[in-house]
Amino acid sequence: VTSRQALAATGREGFSAKSLADALAAVGGTPADSKDIVITSPDIAENGAVVPVSVASNIPGTSEIYFFVEKNPNPLAAKFIIPEGTTTAVQSRLKMGQSTNVVAVVKTADGKLYSATKETKVTLGGCGG
Amino acid sequence: MADPMKIRANAANGVTEVKVLMAHPMEAGIRKDAAGNVVPAHYITDVTVKHGERVVLQCQWGQSVSQNPYLAFKFKGGAKGDTVSVSWQDNLGESRTDQVTVA
Amino acid sequence: LAGKDALAATPGAAEQLYAVPKFGNVSLLHITDCHAQLRPLYFREPSVNLGIGEAAGKAPHLVGDALLKQFKIAPKTARAHAFSYLDFSAAAKVYGKVGGFAHLSTLVQQLRASRPHAVLCDGGDTWQGSATALWTKGQDMVDAAKLLGVEIMAPHWEFTLGAQRVQEIVQKDFQGKVDFVAQNVVTADFGDAVFAPYSWREMNGVPVAVIGQAFPYTPIANPRYMVPDWSFGIQEERLQALVKEVRAKGAKVVVLLSHNGMDVDLKLASRVTGIDAILGGHTHDGVPTPVVVSNQGGQTLVTNAGSNGKFLGVLDFDVRDGRIQGYQYRLLPVFSNLLPADRAMQAHIDAVRAPFRARLDETLAVTEGLLYRRGNFNGSWDQLIVDGLLAVKGADLAFSPGFRWGTSLLPGAPITRGDLMDQLAITYPATTLTEMTGATIKTIMEDVCDNLFHPDPYYQQGGDMVRVGGMSYTCTPAAATGRRISDMRLNGKLLDADKIYKVAGWAPVAEGASGPPIWDVMETYLRAHSVVRARRPDQPTLVGTAGNPGMAA
Ligand SMILES: [Mn+2]
Ligand SMILES: [Mn+2]
Repeated sequence: VTSRQALAATGREGFSAKSLADALAAVGGTPADSKDIVITSPDIAENGAVVPVSVASNIPGTSEIYFFVEKNPNPLAAKFIIPEGTTTAVQSRLKMGQSTNVVAVVKTADGKLYSATKETKVTLGGCGG
Repeated sequence: MADPMKIRANAANGVTEVKVLMAHPMEAGIRKDAAGNVVPAHYITDVTVKHGERVVLQCQWGQSVSQNPYLAFKFKGGAKGDTVSVSWQDNLGESRTDQVTVA
Repeated sequence: LAGKDALAATPGAAEQLYAVPKFGNVSLLHITDCHAQLRPLYFREPSVNLGIGEAAGKAPHLVGDALLKQFKIAPKTARAHAFSYLDFSAAAKVYGKVGGFAHLSTLVQQLRASRPHAVLCDGGDTWQGSATALWTKGQDMVDAAKLLGVEIMAPHWEFTLGAQRVQEIVQKDFQGKVDFVAQNVVTADFGDAVFAPYSWREMNGVPVAVIGQAFPYTPIANPRYMVPDWSFGIQEERLQALVKEVRAKGAKVVVLLSHNGMDVDLKLASRVTGIDAILGGHTHDGVPTPVVVSNQGGQTLVTNAGSNGKFLGVLDFDVRDGRIQGYQYRLLPVFSNLLPADRAMQAHIDAVRAPFRARLDETLAVTEGLLYRRGNFNGSWDQLIVDGLLAVKGADLAFSPGFRWGTSLLPGAPITRGDLMDQLAITYPATTLTEMTGATIKTIMEDVCDNLFHPDPYYQQGGDMVRVGGMSYTCTPAAATGRRISDMRLNGKLLDADKIYKVAGWAPVAEGASGPPIWDVMETYLRAHSVVRARRPDQPTLVGTAGNPGMAA
């Protein structure tokens, strides 16, 4: 049983992927860019260890939402399974070691993938102004 | 045993908003302690939120979720007095469940 | 017209500057970024305030003659001296000092006489910036602001007194007297509001809402450990919702008292609808007339009222039939010679200084040249600070933060402890000596440079460029993030990415950093340099800025 199959069994494909491309492949391939996904995350992170990210999907049939932090060691940060009757929008807080793209991927019931990207800058701070 | 979660569940015009703050170190297995040793990975891997007995959200998390994780979402339905329960499990087998009455 | 009181001697000078015709039925008076400067002072406006990309050539990124031309200000006049750096030392001798709360108070009272309905707003950076404010934890300024008649205030450097001290002042000293408003400060756990988001006023029966906006990047630019439980950010969505809320409540005039900084305000004004005017601060840009910004909801006036008590903004609206029919805006330069000192305020100022007089007025050295700070890359005060750090800390190179506050001293002036503290008075004054590789040094400089020149204002934050002592470099402001700094040389030799260098600095935002306070280091340096030679501040070689009106030709 390869580690990949073991991971698949637990449904945690993608979490050990070391690049955004591998992580996307693991969750189902290359998503189509979509304007119907709204990512809200700060332009400049106040604290790279605690960066609020919220994703709202207006795509009908949204069943899963994924958060990716492109430049993290493991880009796939979180997967949310949205049952019928739950609003297709989720918010959490992620760690970002450096300025990076935050990528939100939506999977619909028919298995299609959509994505949106937002850049968050992580700065060293100081220099008061 | 981790500290209890802080949960807020408020019902308004047919929708219940849930906000959860969990107490967990969420170590990614990368950080080094003062003595320079790597602190082993210790992070929440699964979260399940139920409205009464019905699952309203399931999460799988990796090492990028922040310490003392925060989660917020909404589900249709739910009324004052209902119960919302949140359970998490981490990679070392620890787990915790807390619940709150919808306001 | 030589001589200190030349201005006062000019018949009608005061009337000409301060006679603001009555207009409309709603008035807002605005001061911002006074940085605890209670007494009259000199303050040289920048000769380098570059706008890059879309911002090039547009307010506030205009200096000297370009600024005078844009705002139709006649050269070699009092207003030219107030708004620009031109012939600063000579003009300062002619027109005298500016600002000072006692003189500002007289001007405020003059305007209240013609506008009894006027509300005085303070854009913040009030409780920090002088020795007495540091030594009294801001109390001198809290009392002065109440005496001045401030009714609404937004914050930034106030947070460096610590969350507890801020809450103490808001809940005790300001309770029922000053509305401390900040819509974008929330609790870090669940995002609950920490302060009132807006102040509701009625002027001549017209409902007015003044929404407060704290400096959005306080926990980045200043120590986060001082406000551990609070979160900030621009919070545009919250602001738009608030504007809708106050409009629904019947507000006919909605104003944002903002500590965003002008570039952020200009972008925000193009995106958020329903704001009639932004009373701006933080970037210390004295902009004589508002910039009118269009958005889907109509137009927003964006103003910025300079710093150090040098200016009083006067914004009048004529509201009839439930709508704004017209507006009038003046940014009045406060010339101390033209405005008698208000007795009550002067008494307060004297009382504040009395216990510290000897300590404040002790002369540490004399300066041969003009000492000023403001400017994108350096100022002569900052050159003196990095020279002091290099010498006293024995470092290869020194960093000093690009703060925009700090008063100026004319050639030949004594440098008293009070004057020195005007450049250094912060609550995290530790100096540091850190070993850094050349690569880390470049990363730090690129990081700060991006905070200044990133094309999108929402990705900018903090102050001017970090000041560097002991190292020359080239800067290409319009280059991409991470590629603006090049040709970094230490005594002519290229910096080695892997070599370790000893870097001196001060004002560490990380918790636990310790070291002698910057004022001890500078006093040690000044004792060894009782005559401070005139020094041209080192400037980086600039690429791609030729002809930019944000830079002295
Ligand atoms: Mn300021
Ligand atoms: Mn400020």
